[in-house]
Amino acid sequence: MQKVLNWIDDRFPLTALWKSQVSEYYAPKNFNFWYFFGSLALVILVMQIVTGIFLTMNYKPDATKAFESVEYIMRDVPGGWFIRYAHSTGASAFFIVIYLHMFRALLYGSYRKPRELLWIVGCFIYLALMAEAFFGYLLPWGQMSYWGAQVIVNLFSTVPVIGDDLGTWIRGDYTVSDVTLNRFFAFHVIAVPLALLILVAVHLTALHEVGSNNPDGIEIKDKLDPKTGHPLDGIPFHPYYTVKDLVGVVVFLALFAIVVFFWPDGGGYFLEANNFLPANPLQTPVHIAPVWYFTPFYAMLRAVPSMMNSQFWGVLVMGAAVVILFFMPWLDRSPVKSIRYKGSLYKGWLAAFVISFLILGYLGVVPVTVWGQFSEKVPLLGTADKATVLARILTVVYFLFFLLMPWYSVRDKTKPVPDRVTG
Amino acid sequence: MMNAITKGLCIVLLAVAGSALANEGGVRLEPAPTARLDNESLQRGARNFVNYCMGCHSAQFMRYSRLTDLGLTEKQIQDNLILGNAKIGSPMLSAMPRADGAAWFGVSPPDLSVVARVRGKDWLYSYLLAFYRDEKSTTGWNNLVFPGVAMPHVLWKLQGTQKLVETEYEDLEKAEAAEIAAKALALAERLPGGKYAVKTLAIDQAGSQSSVEYRHFAADLVNFLDYIAEPARNQRINIGLIVMIYLGVLFVFAYFLKRAYWKDIH
Repeated sequence: MQKVLNWIDDRFPLTALWKSQVSEYYAPKNFNFWYFFGSLALVILVMQIVTGIFLTMNYKPDATKAFESVEYIMRDVPGGWFIRYAHSTGASAFFIVIYLHMFRALLYGSYRKPRELLWIVGCFIYLALMAEAFFGYLLPWGQMSYWGAQVIVNLFSTVPVIGDDLGTWIRGDYTVSDVTLNRFFAFHVIAVPLALLILVAVHLTALHEVGSNNPDGIEIKDKLDPKTGHPLDGIPFHPYYTVKDLVGVVVFLALFAIVVFFWPDGGGYFLEANNFLPANPLQTPVHIAPVWYFTPFYAMLRAVPSMMNSQFWGVLVMGAAVVILFFMPWLDRSPVKSIRYKGSLYKGWLAAFVISFLILGYLGVVPVTVWGQFSEKVPLLGTADKATVLARILTVVYFLFFLLMPWYSVRDKTKPVPDRVTG
Repeated sequence: MMNAITKGLCIVLLAVAGSALANEGGVRLEPAPTARLDNESLQRGARNFVNYCMGCHSAQFMRYSRLTDLGLTEKQIQDNLILGNAKIGSPMLSAMPRADGAAWFGVSPPDLSVVARVRGKDWLYSYLLAFYRDEKSTTGWNNLVFPGVAMPHVLWKLQGTQKLVETEYEDLEKAEAAEIAAKALALAERLPGGKYAVKTLAIDQAGSQSSVEYRHFAADLVNFLDYIAEPARNQRINIGLIVMIYLGVLFVFAYFLKRAYWKDIH
């Protein structure tokens, strides 16, 4: 065994890589619950690729056969239902895990210097994931697939001057059609996964260069053991975090299995009822809603009124809601990183942000008329839809969390940061 | 602080969920009394489907041979459920061409393979109970659950004919109370002028089956539709239980492995 290893090491730095990246990569010893989601995201990525490969073997990217081939997978392919449910549940699980992973960064300031690039690469991964989910959602060729894609591509058509041509260029046709299905398939199975894998490799390389942040938001590299030269508060990733993450993975797989085996529709949120109707270009569904992970942004889009005969403003707001994430490292000017030592101003704004995001997510699922209208006696609002007015307020709160951060993060009363990591 | 945030979040979310529930309109659906493991019910449902539905509707993604899931042999399927000259491995296709359906009914009768996943069991069950005589419609039939439906009441000989009964109420509160008190399919609607009408159904002419018998007939049929929408369901749930036990055991090992490695870390 050792001989084989030596033979390889003379030609490829296998042992050196293993040491530098895993067995001698020192991570802070005080990781808590929130630090499971990075490794879980990696596990889901692998699962999605494996189940995706098997789906591709039986799926037909053809407008006349796509819906049928999915049902064929569900019925005639041995174990096909499992592969398909694992993949569809995996899509939602990916977003749940990534949202929690991003929230962790907001809690402990993981985007702050020196981790700005790490955060930015992460934002690109999030964008790639959104693209991947969007392209993949067309493939079952159900009513929601079709009309969801139609709506999203139409967003690009609202761009002034070049909009119409841009829409046609994306679709490859004047409406979503077989041509669109084929190119979305190509993006979903090759282009975007390739980009995702490269971005994840860059993300991990950047992480291992700067080292992991921790719930105290202090740099463990500042306090080294004079004898060994390793961080005093660091422990090797392997075996400590490999065995710890294994526990996280098993718990995650149990929750995942509950959905796959007992609740694959996810209450109509993971697999929408209307998507069991084959795509029909002549029949627009009464209520088109994107899948749950896009709904906060969709609610913002709907909340912005049409101005100067253009819906483009809503699209801009929606785009800005994602792009603004990239600027986090420079918006936060607090002297401390972690929420443990931040004051009530940041905590309050973060809470308002999370609540806005969740309620916007809910509002994106339901029709704007869900809560009815204000009575005519209410000044200014008149008979506006209650849900629309709330969505507008929450959209403003969402943006203020970011835009006011340079001020409130400085004025915030922070607590002193300890020298060494705490429990 | 974190606790306060969590609490606030929960309160807001509960309020949101509550207001969402309060706003569901339409007919109060009757829950379908189906049992996914009841093979006799599923077999009766298959018989009902083949005899009464497949004249117009297909289940194109469902193969006859798969019906062995229901405890039938291929011989039994061939002799009792395949009415034409289809082979055992062929899909359950209606003999009626789609174009004819479109010409006769205005829309071609939809394929029913996955209809239970689109509409839900309760909707299908209520729909089958909700046909009534309506001289104003082209087919002479209407449906309380699906107003203006193109399908005539093909099961009228079994159920008999129903008529629509409308009762007026002064305000929404009384109308909704009546809707619940009806303990059957009922729909409250606002009338021009501010009053409310509650629509219910009553048997006009009895059919060959009693009301209870017809409900059993509809329940069996819905049970079957629910099965063909996802034939792998029972297998999925059985395998799921084994997977959960496996993961439970794996968790114990993973947990103690972690504890053993971490005992020196403070």
